[in-house]
Amino acid sequence: MKVSYFPGCTLNTTGKGFDNAVRASAAAVGLDLVELPDWNCCGATYPLIIDNMLELAAPAHVLVAAQQEGSILTTACSTCYNVLKRTNKFIQEHEEERDRINTFIEAEYAGEVEVKDILHMLRDDVGFEAIADKVQLPLKDLKVASYYGCMVLRPPNEVAYDDPDHPTSLDDLVAALGATPVDFAHKNECCGAYLAVKDESITREMVYAILRSAQNAGAEAVVTNCPLCQFNLDKQQAEMRKSYAGYQPVPIFYFSQLMGLALGLETEDYGWERHYVDARPLVQKLLEGAS
Amino acid sequence: MKRIGIFVCHCGNNIAGTLDIDRVVEAIREFPEVVYAIDYKYMCSDPGQQLIREHILEDQLDAVIVAACSPSMHETTFRRTAEAAGINPYQTEIANIREQASWVHQKQQEAATNKAIETIRTIVAKAHYNQSLMPFYLPLVKRSLVIGGGIAGMQAALDIADAGYPVVLVEKADRLGGRMAELSGLYLDSDAAADPLGQKIKAVTHHPNIQVITQAAITEVGGYVGNFTVQIEQRTASPADQDPAGELVPYSFDIGAIVVATGYDLYDKKNLGEYGGGRYPDVIDGLQLEEMLRPDGPTGGRIVRPSDGKVPKEMVWVQCAGSRDPELHKPYCSKVCCMYVAKQSMAYKQQVPDGQATVFYIDIRSQGKDYEEYVQRAMEEHDVLYIRGKASKVFQENGHVTVWGVDTLTGLPLEVEADLVVLATAIVPRADAQELGQRLRVGTDEHGFLSEAHPKLRPVESLTAGVFLAGAAHFPKDIPETVAQASGAASKVLSLFSQRQMVQEPTIAFVDPELCSGCGLCIPACPYDARSMHEWQHIAVVNTALCQGCGACAMVCPNKACRVRNLTQGQILSMMEAYL
Repeated sequence: MKVSYFPGCTLNTTGKGFDNAVRASAAAVGLDLVELPDWNCCGATYPLIIDNMLELAAPAHVLVAAQQEGSILTTACSTCYNVLKRTNKFIQEHEEERDRINTFIEAEYAGEVEVKDILHMLRDDVGFEAIADKVQLPLKDLKVASYYGCMVLRPPNEVAYDDPDHPTSLDDLVAALGATPVDFAHKNECCGAYLAVKDESITREMVYAILRSAQNAGAEAVVTNCPLCQFNLDKQQAEMRKSYAGYQPVPIFYFSQLMGLALGLETEDYGWERHYVDARPLVQKLLEGAS
Repeated sequence: MKRIGIFVCHCGNNIAGTLDIDRVVEAIREFPEVVYAIDYKYMCSDPGQQLIREHILEDQLDAVIVAACSPSMHETTFRRTAEAAGINPYQTEIANIREQASWVHQKQQEAATNKAIETIRTIVAKAHYNQSLMPFYLPLVKRSLVIGGGIAGMQAALDIADAGYPVVLVEKADRLGGRMAELSGLYLDSDAAADPLGQKIKAVTHHPNIQVITQAAITEVGGYVGNFTVQIEQRTASPADQDPAGELVPYSFDIGAIVVATGYDLYDKKNLGEYGGGRYPDVIDGLQLEEMLRPDGPTGGRIVRPSDGKVPKEMVWVQCAGSRDPELHKPYCSKVCCMYVAKQSMAYKQQVPDGQATVFYIDIRSQGKDYEEYVQRAMEEHDVLYIRGKASKVFQENGHVTVWGVDTLTGLPLEVEADLVVLATAIVPRADAQELGQRLRVGTDEHGFLSEAHPKLRPVESLTAGVFLAGAAHFPKDIPETVAQASGAASKVLSLFSQRQMVQEPTIAFVDPELCSGCGLCIPACPYDARSMHEWQHIAVVNTALCQGCGACAMVCPNKACRVRNLTQGQILSMMEAYL
């Protein structure tokens, strides 16, 4: 299955490892991601003041470009997903504003493209069972806590393809990869997002609450689908030992990294060197366990 | 030849301030069949009506036209006036020269005067063809149906039965009592709920005028006010039986009036994912706690954690769980929660004096006699901790159900590690209320509650004549309010039953059987379901009780077989002719 793919800025730079892993593992399960030609920034935050139409121009431009390529646009960045999905819905539902956007970007677009998160496609278009069938190296005995953040869940009536309070799609994916998902209460709590720019101590407190809850539930690793969550969860742990006595860091994976590993792919370019909490010892252990 | 008298009203300055009354009276005297015309300051006043009566006799009038305000104001008044002087009331007509002339053309006095004259001219043409009519008298079945055997239904049934009329009380469950039977106690009332309820059930069961049919459902409702026909099906099997349907016993009743008292459900706590409703055993709803608190309940009245049976040392109540939340759940206030939470938290503190009771609330709504004092007692005498702020999340960790919330008075986020959390979930109508509403032709609002006829002035009537509302089927309400509404509904039934017969205005549609071809076009045209085909004559017939005389059928009838009495097509044409 061929589908248009929007990488977004993060996956093109700091999240290159996430991007490489997504493309490789999607291809391995039959999802051929074709990068959208000449894409631009998604807009990065969905404008909260909706009458500022200009902010919708960038995502609308991406959607227009996607319309040339096919009926579905997928992305792995959860922020890009949130912005593109909501912009598309806004264009579908607001005729007057749609006309203004179209006039501005010189297009005639009414929301025809379907914006789908890559995890959503893996679940519904590929199927976790089909993925399980292709697993070469089951992540046996690995206890993984799945962390979803907010971008693919809220606002639920606009973006969610999963239960916004008790999501399961990542848990079901890691189970398909042979790992043991651990249930914990803070799967959908805020990671602190951009608060780190202003005051890292707030973000650290929020991240600690999430990771403490995950580790209390027995997690040896945390998996996420959001680049910003990965960054916050990963980076804050470096300082955490100073604030919280006896804290033991856990590696924070992108789901695509675990997918690539389990599918037996070459994982060298998955950006391991960018992790703040080194994930390589655990990866090594997994690879050895298999051989 | 008729002898028509016309009475022109000044309505103070309302009409006379704009119209040249002298010119009007002078002009209308010349109209055909008009034998008398006069004006007066206030025709509706006693001397005004006396003037009409005197001239009916003096001038031997057989038709009266009052040129005055809208017929919706005083048509009935003047028809009675004419009737008192011996004229058939349907020979009295109103010519509206106030709303349709003086009021709307205040700056064009001459044109307004002309318009008034022409208006009266058309009414004179109409009056020429008016017939003397008699009202219809329809039979009235003085038996009422009450749907729902909770406190609302039982109260309505008792009030009607005590007045001497038979009542059929239909209940879905296998026992009377409804939701009230699930409660442990009543706020403001130290007695257990079972005592006052038991007395009501006994009174209903033993009442010679009440026939109780339990395990039953309404399957069909036909007819109209005073003459409903209701089909009921009763299951004979006990709920414990293998086959839940069992044998179905049909009943059929002729019914004059219906009271709907189907009660409420709680909004399913599974919808409240943010509070872990339906997910964590120690997150329960208000009725689950009532079950525990009931002396005859499974725990013998003791509050224990469902997960391990331990006594909770820390309890949290979350008010407005699903209520007042237009974005995700129900926008309305469920009204009873503030009070029952105070009751439950006090009951908990009495059982576990060293336990901590915390209530998260948005506002306390305690409008009722002694209600506010009751809530204050929970706070002050029982040390229940009330925190003004909504709980944001409930999750289970380390054997606790932890509540996150905010204290909006201090502005600080809050975490309470509780043993048991009670969600005061929203009150919603019964799942099948909408279907029953359709069967009864009673509307429901966007949430499924049955709609009243007028939010202020007709709160116990539905828009369907003869169908009345009681209790939480209409909107969340507590027991005293429910009982009051049920008695209100019963008194509406009784005032209907106090009539000897049902009176229907004769100015409604009729079908000329010689002209009707049986095309059936009038049936869908009727907005009141008053038209049907005759069983074997293949002509359309009018249901006299349902017809409102709107004339929609007369408009669609290609043969002019459908006519409205005293407003026939011939009359309308002659009015137009007179005008042109």
